[in-house]
Amino acid sequence: MFKLFTKKKPEHNSENQGRGILVFENTTEVIRAENELKARGWEIRVMGPPPNIRSGCDLVIEFPLIEELSIRRSLSEVNIKPLQVVPVNSALLEPVSLLHEKSYGKYLMVRAANMKITVERATKLIVNVSGGGCPDVPYLAGQMVNKHLHEAPQPKDVGYTLCAYALQIAYDRMVEIC
Amino acid sequence: MLGIVGTIPEANFPLVSGRVFLEGDDILIGNKRVNVNRGTPAMIAAAIKTLNYMGKPEPHCYLVGDIGDGEGSMHLYRHLIDNIFDTSFQSLAFHYFQPIVSLFKKVIAAIEKMPNRPILIADAGFMYVAKMGGDAPFFDLFTPDAGELAYLADEKAPHPFYTRGFILHEENLVPDLIQRAYQHNNASSYLLVKGVKDYVADKDGVISVIDDPIVETLEPIGGTGDTLTGIVSALVASGIEIKTASANAALVNRLAGFYAEPTPATQIYDIIKQIPRALHEVLGD
Repeated sequence: MFKLFTKKKPEHNSENQGRGILVFENTTEVIRAENELKARGWEIRVMGPPPNIRSGCDLVIEFPLIEELSIRRSLSEVNIKPLQVVPVNSALLEPVSLLHEKSYGKYLMVRAANMKITVERATKLIVNVSGGGCPDVPYLAGQMVNKHLHEAPQPKDVGYTLCAYALQIAYDRMVEIC
Repeated sequence: MLGIVGTIPEANFPLVSGRVFLEGDDILIGNKRVNVNRGTPAMIAAAIKTLNYMGKPEPHCYLVGDIGDGEGSMHLYRHLIDNIFDTSFQSLAFHYFQPIVSLFKKVIAAIEKMPNRPILIADAGFMYVAKMGGDAPFFDLFTPDAGELAYLADEKAPHPFYTRGFILHEENLVPDLIQRAYQHNNASSYLLVKGVKDYVADKDGVISVIDDPIVETLEPIGGTGDTLTGIVSALVASGIEIKTASANAALVNRLAGFYAEPTPATQIYDIIKQIPRALHEVLGD
């Protein structure tokens, strides 16, 4: 019984010394917090959570632990409240960084992780969104397909999950090159 | 009978269960009507076309609205935990779902208690959560695309979003990824991997490769993976052995795509309409 209440000695990773993570209710909150903190110049990274706090479709923000109070204040000013703030004591997962572009004549497809977006080059009309497995993918497709690239709602504004985050990366790349 | 569990991309769609019918490009369940576009409705429509061809009854579906916040999925997880024991499906296919490991584990525990466990098929979010929870081998068939296969093959990735680059790299050969997924117990008994070439595999390696006809423009079209899962689920529920059903489903899906003469802007119902013709071509009389 005693063993249950004994704290495990943390396995500190020197690379992560002095870093903490902000845990949020869903990916939309993470994206809001990321945008806010980056706009204010904080040195943060969006990463995968460590196994002990992973529940499913998760994303966290890694930040310099010493700045916790100021970061909490910045978020509180825009009504964003993290569920938890915990120190990093193991390696965090890196989000996928490989982007793949494929041309189909007058159409261009960009893939990020498991998500794909396809645009007609001449009109910049989003003609298809595919891939993914989280429930907001069909919803996002319904919101974005047949809309102009610059007029369609962005996944970061109407999505909730990691699939939406991946689609946003593909969308951003498409905006950059199209 | 085939059971299907999935989500409808509408915030206020209530939890419903019952037999689902196809009317034009809508599916009907009770007094609810949903347009077949992509996601679970496309999977169901493809399954119905196949079941009708095979002379089998329409599927019994468990559906709930979820636009990604997970609320509908949580409701449906709990419904399954409480009610799945009393069902008697030949096969049960799980589809778009919010991955929540703790609730998923309870669904698995409820299925384990069933006297006649159905053949279990998973795609999309339910396949993700099965791998996240370390329960992939509990399933009989997964239907990943090449990117999702890389996720299954990466023993450290809890979601396709975290698949490590050296595994995701497109030069990786699908057979190597299949082997790696089985090596780390992150694959179902059979895998149907969809892509430029479709692969049917088990723990001993690739069983068959389906690579004709080649229709490159299918990749950007949302829903082509959903139709494949619908077709294979219906063939398995019709009594066809999983590996044969998988190879046939891959060929039917490719042919339906071919007959639709698609462009990257084609919408999935144009392909679904071609499924009976493709089934006739593959299964004949």
